[in-house]
Order: sequence, then C-alpha cells, then structure tokens
Amino acid sequence: MNVSRLLPLVVVVPMLGAAVLAAGGRRLPRIASDSLGVFFAAVSAVLSAVVLAGGTHEGPYVVEWLGGWRPGAGGQGVGIVLAGEPVSLGLTAFTSLLVVAVLVYSWRYFEEPPRRRTGSFPALILLFQAGMCGFCLTGDLFNSFVFFELMGVVAYALTGFRVEEPRPVQGALAFGIVNSLGGYAMLMGIALLYARTGELGFAQVGRALDGQRADALVLAAFVLLAAGLLVKAAAVPFHFWLPDAHAVAPTPVCMLLSGVMVELGVFGVARLYWTIFAGPGGLPPEAFTRALVTVGVLTALLGAVMSWRQRHVKRLLAFSTVSHTGLFLIGVGLLTPEGVAGTSLYVLAHGAVKAALFACTGILLDRYASVDEHELYGRARELPFTGAMFVLGGLAVCGMPPFGTSLGKAVAEEAAGHTGHWLTAVFVLVSALTGGAILRAGVRIFAGAGPRPDGTGGPGGQPDAQEGTQEPVTGPLTDGGEQPETAGRLRRIPGPMLVVPAGLLAAALAAGLVPQLGDGAGDAAHLFATHDLYEAAVLDGVTPHPEGGPPAHWNTAGVLLGLLSTALGVGIAVLGVRRRPYPGIGDRLLAPLRRLQSGHIGDYVAWTVAGLALVTLLTAPGTHMLP
Amino acid sequence: MTRRGRLVLFLAAAAVVAVLLVAAFLGLPQFGGSHHPYGDRAVRAAFAHHTANAVAAVNFDQRAFDTLGEESILFAAVLGAMVLLRQTTGERRRPPRRARVSPPIRRLGMVMLPVALLVGLYVVAHGQITPGGGFQGGVVVATALHLLYVAADYGALERIRPLSPYEIGDAAGEAAYVVTGISTVLAGSAFLTNVLPLGTFGTLTSGGTVVLLNAAVGMEVACGVVVLLASFLDQAVEIEAPPGNNGAGPAEAAGGGGNA
Amino acid sequence: MTLLPYLVAGWIFLIGVYGLVTSRNLIHTVGCLSVTQSSTYVLLLAIGYRDGGTAPVYAALPKDARVVDPVVQALTLTDIVVGATVTALLLALVTQLHKRHGTVDPDELLALKG
Repeated sequence: MNVSRLLPLVVVVPMLGAAVLAAGGRRLPRIASDSLGVFFAAVSAVLSAVVLAGGTHEGPYVVEWLGGWRPGAGGQGVGIVLAGEPVSLGLTAFTSLLVVAVLVYSWRYFEEPPRRRTGSFPALILLFQAGMCGFCLTGDLFNSFVFFELMGVVAYALTGFRVEEPRPVQGALAFGIVNSLGGYAMLMGIALLYARTGELGFAQVGRALDGQRADALVLAAFVLLAAGLLVKAAAVPFHFWLPDAHAVAPTPVCMLLSGVMVELGVFGVARLYWTIFAGPGGLPPEAFTRALVTVGVLTALLGAVMSWRQRHVKRLLAFSTVSHTGLFLIGVGLLTPEGVAGTSLYVLAHGAVKAALFACTGILLDRYASVDEHELYGRARELPFTGAMFVLGGLAVCGMPPFGTSLGKAVAEEAAGHTGHWLTAVFVLVSALTGGAILRAGVRIFAGAGPRPDGTGGPGGQPDAQEGTQEPVTGPLTDGGEQPETAGRLRRIPGPMLVVPAGLLAAALAAGLVPQLGDGAGDAAHLFATHDLYEAAVLDGVTPHPEGGPPAHWNTAGVLLGLLSTALGVGIAVLGVRRRPYPGIGDRLLAPLRRLQSGHIGDYVAWTVAGLALVTLLTAPGTHMLP
Repeated sequence: MTRRGRLVLFLAAAAVVAVLLVAAFLGLPQFGGSHHPYGDRAVRAAFAHHTANAVAAVNFDQRAFDTLGEESILFAAVLGAMVLLRQTTGERRRPPRRARVSPPIRRLGMVMLPVALLVGLYVVAHGQITPGGGFQGGVVVATALHLLYVAADYGALERIRPLSPYEIGDAAGEAAYVVTGISTVLAGSAFLTNVLPLGTFGTLTSGGTVVLLNAAVGMEVACGVVVLLASFLDQAVEIEAPPGNNGAGPAEAAGGGGNA
Repeated sequence: MTLLPYLVAGWIFLIGVYGLVTSRNLIHTVGCLSVTQSSTYVLLLAIGYRDGGTAPVYAALPKDARVVDPVVQALTLTDIVVGATVTALLLALVTQLHKRHGTVDPDELLALKG
C-alpha cells in the first residue's frame, strides 16, 4: 500500500478510539479503558512514524487527496489534501508520543472518574490528539479551522474537567471565549482569501496569490489568520488566557497544552506564511519578520518576568511556556532555514521538558495538595528522585548542554544573531530567567534551600497590597487551596508517574545528542521554509530533491552561550532563594504588569482586539493598501 | 483594568481593525458577481457523483473530511458537556416534580411528536436530494423527543430516554463515519472515497457514500443532542447543590426549577 | 451599494466583540460570542452570493440553473455546528461557574489574578 494512504489514519484512529471508549467505557473497568486509550494513541504514533520513514524513502512530501479528489492540471480541484513533510509529520509523531506518555502518567489520576464514565477522560485526550494531528497535516484552510476548533473544544472541556473546584471552570471559560474569538477571526481571514482566489487549499491559494499584487485584502487575511493562531500560541497580547488555563487544568492536560498545543499555534503561523503568503503576491518578508520578531520579543520578555514572579508552580511553568513561545516566534520570524531548524528542535525538546516538569508538579500536588513554592518549602525533601528530575528540567529550560533545548536554542539564537545581536541576548536572558525561576522553586521545595519564605505578602503574594490597592494580601491563587487529582493524597508515588517524566527528560537529552535528528531538522526546515516546493509537491506532484538545509549541530559559540545562560539561571536562582521575599523596587515596577493579568474576560477580549490592531500596524507598512 | 480603561483600549483597537476590514472589503469581488470557480467545480463534481444537493455533495463527498472533523467536534462537545455537567460529590439528585400541563398543550404535543420525528427522519434520509441532511434532520429528531417534556413532564421524557442507548448511538455515529472511511482505504482507495454505486440522479439511493455518511451523522447528531440536552436538563431539574455550598446561590443556580 | 453586505459582516463582528468587552453577565458574554461568530456566516454567504442565483439543489432544477456558491453554504453549515457546540460547552462551564462562585458577573470573579 502506498504510504500516503496511511496519512489520514493518523488523524482518524484516535477518533475511532474515542468512540470506542465513549461507548464501551461505561462497562469497562478502569484498567481496560486506560489500556485501550494508550493502544489507540500508540497506533497513531506508529502510523506517523511509518509515514515519516516512508516519506524519507520515497520523497519528503507525502501528499494524499482525500476522497480521491485529485485535482486536474492547474491544480483545480474540489477536495481536501493532507500534506505531510518532515516538520509536520515530526510534530504529529511527537504529539502522539506525548499523548501516550500522558495517558500512561494519568494511570492513577482521577481515581474516581465521573461515575460510569471511566472512558471519558482518555476519550477526550484521544480527540485532542486527533485535533492536533489533523491541524498539523491538513493542507486546506477551512479544514485547518475545523481542526483548530476541535483542539479548542476538547481543550476547554479538559481544562474545566475538575468542576468541583472554582478555578478550573473560570480558567476554562476564559480559555474558551478568547480562543473561540481567535478562531472566528481566523475564519474571516479564510473567507477573504476564498473570495479573492476562489480556493481553499494552501497551495492553490498561494499559487493564485503569486500572480497578483499584495493589497489590503491580503494583508487583512494574514492579520486575521495570524491573530487566530497567535491566540493559540499565547503571544502577547493574546496570551492572557494561558496562565489562567494552565494553572488550573488537570496536570496531564497541562502536559499536552504546554507541551504541544501552544506550539502548534506557532507552527500554524509559519505554515500559512510559507505556503500562502511567502510568494510575490503575499506579504513582504520584512513585514512578517517585523511582526513576528516584535511580538516574539515582547512575549519572551513578559513571560520570563511574570514567570519569575510566580510562586504557584503550575502558573510559573505556564508563564515560562509563554516566554518560550516568544522565542519560537522569533526563531520562525527570522525567515531563515536555520531559524526554523533550531526552532523545530527547540519545540520538541521544550515540549518534552515542560511536560516532565508538569508531571513532577503533579506529583507534588497529589502528595501535598499544594503547588505553592512557599508552602512546600523543604517539604519534598523526601522525594529526591522527583526533585532531581525537577532540577534537571529547570537546567534544561536554562539551555544547559547537551539537552535538546540547548541545541535548539543555540541554532535559533545563532540565526537570530545574524539579524541583530540583541536578539541573542534576549534568548540568553529569557532562558536564564525562566530556568532560574524553575530552579528557585525546585531547590526551595525539594531541598529547603535558603531562609523559610514566610508566605505572606511576599513577591508571590500581592506586592500591590503594599500600595494600598484593594487586592487581598494573599491572593486566592496562593492560598494553597488545591485538591489532589487522585482519590486521596499519594503516600507512595506510583511507578508510571515517575517513569514518564524520566522518559521525557531522556527524550529531551536524546534530542540534543542524536546527530541524525539535527541533520533531519536541517533538511526538514529547508523544505518547510520554501514556498515553491510546497506548491509543486501538492499541486504538480513534483518530488523535491532539495540540496538539503544547513544541519542543526553543536558549535562552540552555542555551547558557550548555553553554559552562560545556565550559569546565569543558577545565579538568579541562588539570589532568589537567599533573598527573603519582600517587595522591592522591581516589584513596584512590575505591579502594573501583574494587574493586567486580571482574570477578567472583558479585559482579555479587549487585549485580543488590541493584538489584532498591533499585528495590523506591524505588518501594514510596505503593503499596498489600495486595491 | 477599569471599565473605562477597557472600553478605551477596545475602541482604539477596534478603530484600527475597522479600517483594516473596510480596506479589505474594498478589495473583495463585486457582491453578487459570477466569479465562483470553486463553486462551479463543486456543482460539476456533484453531478458527476449523482448528488442533486450540491451542498450535501460538498459536505459529504468532496469535503467529507471537514464533516468528519465537524462531527468529532460535536462528539467532543457532548462528551465534554457530560463530564462538565456531571453530578459532583455532595450534590443530590431529586426526582423531578410532576408537572401539570394544560390539556390543549398536552394534545398538541402528542400529535406533533410523531410528526416531528417523521419529518426529522425524512430530512436525514433525503439529504442528498433536498435541502437538509444529517445535521439538520438529527436536530429535528432530537427536539421532537423533547416535545414530551413540553407536553408531559420531565419524568415522562426520562422514561423514553434512557441515556445509555443514546450515548452509544452518539459514539456509534462517530465510529460509523470513521469506519466507512477506513474501509475505503482497505479497499485500496483514498480515505472516504465515494466507492459505492452512485445510483440514479435525484433518487433516494443516489450519491453513493453520501447516503451512508448522512445517516451516520444523523444518528450521531440525534443521539448527541439528546444527551447534550439531558446534561443541561439534569442540572436544571434534578441536580441540587448541597445546602451551604461554597456560598453559592440557592439551587436556582442552573436556571430555576425546571418546568412548572 | 454593493459593499453593504460585507460591511454588515464587519459591523456584526465588532459589535459582538464590543458586547464581549462590556458584558456584565457571562451568559450574555457567551451570547455575544455567538453574535461575533454570526459575522462569519454573513461574510461567507455574501461572498458566495450570485445575482439571481437560487439554492444549489438540483432535484427540481434544470442542470444549467443559476445557483449560488454551494461551497460557502457547506462551510457555513459546518461553522454553525461548530458555533452551537462551542456555545453549549461554554454554557456548561458558566453553569458550573455559577455554582462554584455564586455569580456570573465577570467583575466579581477575582480568583485568577496576577
């Protein structure tokens, strides 16, 4: 059988699994429904790997016209195409593997699943997988909107899964409203492109735009599409939903949200740019770079600073995800194959590390019913293995060689250095600050380092209280009122909850050490970032034989910068631990930033519109505004 | 932010977005114009597959993968709503109150119920020929059953609506769509290829797999909407918050005491 | 004026977002989201309209009849289903939110700050 025939199965096998679990889950014992979930997720992972391997033999692009609606000459068809190349197939394989890891990790989670519904949690996770894989592989605008919404709908439900508690429902609602708004903006953009070109496929739309001059319609379409995807990617100022959702979602869900879903937003922007807007009739490259790098730098810095300010560990990790997404946006916005290669590796390694960190945090939550850095001070000394993994994860976030995060960062920051040396500094600073925050929390919780934080009014509390605002001294987020996600507090940590983060960290290490991965990332990035190759592969069936991209390998500068950011991160963490938490000048400066994160849906929506305006203003110069 | 600050931020940003949108609309083709290349191709493709309803041909044949995604969204939403609106620890279930319904409404409901049910099934079955199809017909079927809630009371509705078969029907509809697609792959064609005999244009059996997929969607939508509404109705009618729950309001939380 | 249908779509989008921003009741917020979404229906259908065209259902039409674009109709149908399901899920969340927080006024929800 032709390997491309298998491409849709990557997406639909999890759907089938979800249906089986939803129907049978009511009669099956817990263990059976969990195993079924793992089975379907794993089949999809294997299929992705088979297609990826098959693709490298037969030609990097695996193209499948669904329903057999292969277009005639000139690419005029009526069907939907799935197009996998190494970047998107790598992402689906990674997503599926992470889903397997999450399902294994949650073996003991939700000891009391909703009555008679043991299958509903794994079924929702499988649908999430289907949504993400479909989004990666599709080559059709409207189809990508459908999968965008599928991811969204499942993610809102999963975020609010623990309805017994007040915060998850609120976080899920903010998530749902802001993301849906982004989705509708995206759909407007799709409608504009359809009106102009009469096509929906990426390749067809891209080819139709090639023949004309870019005008306000093309600009608006780009802005609307990008805004929708940047909401998913949690770029500033679209990011407000993310910390609220990730801090309250069940831990296994956080692993998926932070590990891949957010990154898919970045992938989406990049994919749409190169397939549709990178041609002569699209968006000027400098406009794209200006928009993505500006938004990326803002996101990276804001996320890093906010991450440092948190004492709620899940929220700290969530802001660190925001921050790293900013770096990914910069890497993609450079518009070079090196930037894409580095970013791809970075995304994979970061996803694994971040999922491992969330997994460790989940252990804390289930044992101590708290994820508050100050409350947990020194209490987790009894968990040396978990603590070691947490600290290793923090070092990986800092960019310590030889983790894949460090390699990805090194390659991306070298590419960024060609655009401006200050961008390299942003990479180093942001890695150090987010990694330092994680290390600080880690050594406090797992080693009891530094003086005991008194827990009231400290930096993680509300510095605003000093200024006489109406906010309470200890915000509701820091009152430790967390519920473990297992039946009772864990006495002994179950094996799967330890094996999964260990495996994920090993994967992140492998991403930095396996040179084939770096070679592959280089070639993949070249394919991914070439407008014409996609059109030719999808519409003309031309198998590209590219000269190959620059491989993503270690070099001295990268290693040194990685060591530098690690040293900085450790230094910041030591300072943070030793300092008795009290509001200083920095806190006063940051108070307004913290106030922006208000939890108010109206605010978040207003910021989303502001983001639309910001992207418009950043991309408009240089585009012909009149038709 | 203050209400005022929020509004100012929104208005300033919306002004920019409005300018962008108007500029983009100026570049759109003339409203009502004849240039619809994809649409024209879709109509020709619908003829080629003997599907009189070109919209159904797009939904269930040419872009059937979209519809699978859409069906999965509905499936996920039903599953999600069931999970979110479950009876949580500490909440009690009380039997629904019997309701007094005025005789004319009762009679009307009883007459309309079978009619509405039939109309729904008709709309599902004729999706490939006339406007409608699995989604529209499925919703009509589901709402038809709920006429019983209007004409009698919640207890009566619950008696004809044991949720298990509907939950299974919901999942079966989703599975049927996927299995149809996978069998075309096993038959050596692309996923969701229309491999069945295409029948005579304009008849009930025309359109090949369009009929099957329509039926799968119809089943999923009908069952899914029943389950979805049940989740909400349970919250409204049966599930009671424990007294003194979290300072929340009384049981009116979910919108009053159901039907009176 | 031929721009009017498009402008209506843009207006509905922005007015829906205005509602989201100023809403004082989360059920109203979810409603405003649906309003915002309906702008996409209007835009899609306006784009697919053809002067004098009828519904693209050929059971009782000659095969050369002038019809509107069936693709946007199909897309709108999908869009409607997506909108309805998202609304259902969000309303489920609002229901639970009311039970946990005792309010549906976004101004009174202070649990997720900083």
